[in-house]
Amino acid sequence: MRHTISLLVENKFGVLSRISGLFSGRGYNIESLSVGETIDPQISIMTIVTSGDDQIIEQITKQLNKLIDVIKVVDMTELEHVEREMVLIKVAPKQEDKAEVLRLAEIFRGRVVDSSQRTYTIEVTGDEKKIEAIVELLKPMGIKEFMRTGKIAIAREGIKK
Amino acid sequence: MKISGAEIFIESLKKEGVKHIFGYPGGVVLNIFDRLYDNKDIQLILTRHEQGAVHAADGYARSTGKPGVALVTSGPGATNTVTGIANASMDSIPLVVFSGQVPTMLIGNDAFQEADIVGISRPCTKYNYLAKDVRDLSRIVREAFYIAMSGRPGPVLIDLPKDVTASKTEFTWPEIKIRSYNPTYEGNKWMITQAAHLIAKSKKVVILAGGGVILSGGSKELKELAEYTDIPVTMTLMGLGGFPGTHELSLGMPGMHGTYYANKAIQESDLLIAIGMRFDDRVTGKIDAFAPHAKIIHIDIDPTSIRKNVRVDIPIVGDVKRVLTVLNKVLKEEVKEQWNEVRKAWLKQIDAWRKERPLTYTYSNEVIKPQFVVEKIHELTKGDAIIATEVGQNQMWTAQFYKFDKPRTLLTSGGLGTMGYGFPAAIGAQLAHPNKLVIDIAGDGSIQMNIQELATAVINKLPVKVAILNNRYLGMVRQWQELFFSERYSHTKLDESVPDFVKIAEAYGAVGLRATKPGEVEPVLKEAFKTKRTVFMDFVVDWKEKVFPMVPPGAPIDQMLFEKPEEKAEKKLKAVK
Ligand SMILES: Cc1ncc(C[n+]2csc(CCOP(=O)(O)OP(=O)(O)O)c2C)c(N)n1
Repeated sequence: MRHTISLLVENKFGVLSRISGLFSGRGYNIESLSVGETIDPQISIMTIVTSGDDQIIEQITKQLNKLIDVIKVVDMTELEHVEREMVLIKVAPKQEDKAEVLRLAEIFRGRVVDSSQRTYTIEVTGDEKKIEAIVELLKPMGIKEFMRTGKIAIAREGIKK
Repeated sequence: MKISGAEIFIESLKKEGVKHIFGYPGGVVLNIFDRLYDNKDIQLILTRHEQGAVHAADGYARSTGKPGVALVTSGPGATNTVTGIANASMDSIPLVVFSGQVPTMLIGNDAFQEADIVGISRPCTKYNYLAKDVRDLSRIVREAFYIAMSGRPGPVLIDLPKDVTASKTEFTWPEIKIRSYNPTYEGNKWMITQAAHLIAKSKKVVILAGGGVILSGGSKELKELAEYTDIPVTMTLMGLGGFPGTHELSLGMPGMHGTYYANKAIQESDLLIAIGMRFDDRVTGKIDAFAPHAKIIHIDIDPTSIRKNVRVDIPIVGDVKRVLTVLNKVLKEEVKEQWNEVRKAWLKQIDAWRKERPLTYTYSNEVIKPQFVVEKIHELTKGDAIIATEVGQNQMWTAQFYKFDKPRTLLTSGGLGTMGYGFPAAIGAQLAHPNKLVIDIAGDGSIQMNIQELATAVINKLPVKVAILNNRYLGMVRQWQELFFSERYSHTKLDESVPDFVKIAEAYGAVGLRATKPGEVEPVLKEAFKTKRTVFMDFVVDWKEKVFPMVPPGAPIDQMLFEKPEEKAEKKLKAVK
C-alpha cells in the first residue's frame, strides 16, 4: 500500500543523502520526495511517498527514526490529512482544441501561467486524483512538458483515523 | 588562549579519556602527528595498514567496552578503513575514526589524495562528520564519542581537512544536546510485565542471547534470569561469553554451525526470549520454518531490529541490562512459580537431544584435528584468555569448542565475516590488557590478509599468540565446494603457496613454532604461552576436516548434516559387509 510519510529533519548538508541512501540501501522505493525549509530555518520538512506492506512501512519509519538527523517521522496515511501537489503542464493544442484546453483548465481551477503562439502552460494544484484526471483529459490535446512538485501533506488538527 | 585544530584534537581526546589510538600518517594529518610526537598523554600505535588500525581499535573496544580510536590520512588512508568500519558497524562496536582530508578550499576538486570518505562511509557508520570549521571541532568530537557509545553503539567517522587542523581558536568543551537522537534505555514496564506472565505460562522456553547482552553489560542479569526461571540459554556467535558456556543451562551456539540441541530446542519451543540479538539468517536458517510453535519476546535497544525478519509477540525496546533487571524483579515479586517443576520435562527433553547428538569430532593419533587444537587451548588457558578468531572454519571451531565463560573474551567478526580481522583485533586487545593471554585462532588464508601487523606486535612488545589451523585451503569455502559443488575446488587450494609461517614470524622478529603431530600440540602451546614474545604457531592440521553439524543453506535449522552424506553411505555399506 502507498504511504505518505512526513519528516522533520535537521537542515544540514548530507541529510538528503542519508535519507535517500537508507531507501536505496535497503531496496525501498521513493515514489516522490519534496523538501523545503520550515519556519525554523534550521529544520527542513520532507514528504516522501513510498509503498510496501505493513512490515516494510514499519521498517521504513523505524529506520528513518533511527537516523541521527531525523527529528520526527509521521506516517500521514494513519491520520486524517490533506495532500496537495502542484503540476505545470505545457500543452501544444491544435487550433481547434485551444478553447477546450482553456475550458478544462478552468473546470479544474487551473491557471494559465504562460502562453506562446503554440503553447499554454497551465498550473494545477490538487490531490492525486484531480491531477490524474486533468492529465488524462489533456493528453489527447498534446502535452509537451510536464513538471510536478511531488506531494506535500499536512495532518488535520486533532483527527485520528 | 587560541590553540590549533590539531591541539584541539588532542585536548578533546584527553577529555574523553583516550590513552591509545591506532593510526597511520600521511600528508594532510601531519599537523596532528606533529602534536602527537612528544605528547605524553596519548600514545599512537603505528600499524602497518589502515585496515589493521581500525580492527585493532575494534579489538581494543570489544575487549574493554571503551571506544576504539583510529587516525588515518586522506584518500587511500581513508578508503583503507572502510572494511574495518563496516565490520564494527555490523557488530555494533563503538569506534571514532578520524580521517584527514584535503584543505577545505580543495574539497570537490579531485585534489591529490582526495576521497569523499564522508560519502563512502555514510552507509557503514552510525554517523559521520566533515569538520569544516575549527570552532566546531571540539563539539563534533564530543558528539562523536557520545553517539558511538550510546544507544546501539557503532562507529563514527570525523573527516578533518588539513586547514582545520592548522587554524586556531579558543578551546571550549560545550555540553552537547542532540535533539533528534534520544535512545530508549528503559523498557516499557507494562510490556515487561506481559513478558513475565508469558514466561510463567510457557513450558518449553529458550533464551536466545546475542551481542547486546555483552554490549550492555547485562551478563549478570541474564544469568540471574536463566537460573531463577530454569530456562536454557543459547548464545549467538556475538553472544558467546554473555552467558557461561560451561553452565549446565548453556546450549552453546544456535544456527548454521550451532549445536543440534540448541536448534532442536528452538524449533520445539513454545516461547523464545530473544535478548540483544537480531535474528541473523545464519541463526534462523529458513525463516518461515523458524521456531514454528514459539511465541517470541524480543528485547533490543534498536527498534529496527524488532520485527525486521521474524514476527514478535512482545517487543521490548530498551537496554538489555535495565530491561532484565526489571524483568527479574517482576518475576520474583509478581509471578512466583515453582520453576524447577515447570521446567523439569523440558530440560529432560533437551538433555536427551544433547545425548543423542553431542558436539563432537573424531580424534586421530596420526594427524592433528583442528578441533583438538581449540580444545587444548581451552584446557591449557582454563578459559582465562582473550580469544580472537579469523573467519572460516577456524572461527566456527573456536565458537564450538572453546567454552567462553566471560563477556568480552571473544573477538570475532560476526556480521561482516571479515577475514584478516582477528590478528589486528588481538593486537588491540593485548595493548589494553598487557597481562592477559591474547590468542588469535586463525586460518592459513585469513592470517595472510593482515600478516603485516606482525611488525606492530613485535615492535610494541605485544605478546599476542597466533594459532594457525593450517589446512592449506580456504577451508570453509572448500567445505562448501566439497558438499555442494561436487568437490570442484575452484581457487581454494593454497597448498605450496602457503608460506613458511615459522620463517615469516622469525623474519619479523617474532617466535615461530610448528606442530605436525597430535603429540606436539600441547608442548607447542605451552612453549608459546610461556614466552613474553609474539608467537606464530603453525598447526599443520587435517585438511579434510569439516565443520559439523551444519544446516545446509536454505534449510530449517533442525535439518542438520552431521557428516558428509556420501561418507555416511560408505560407512553404512562397510557395516553391511
Ligand atoms: C575478506 C574476505 N574475503 C573472502 C571471504 C570469504 N571466505 C569466507 S571463509 C573463507 C576461507 C577462509 O580460509 P582460512 O582463513 O584458511 O580459514 P579456514 O576456513 O581454512 O579455517 C573465505 C575465502 C571472507 N569471509 N572475507
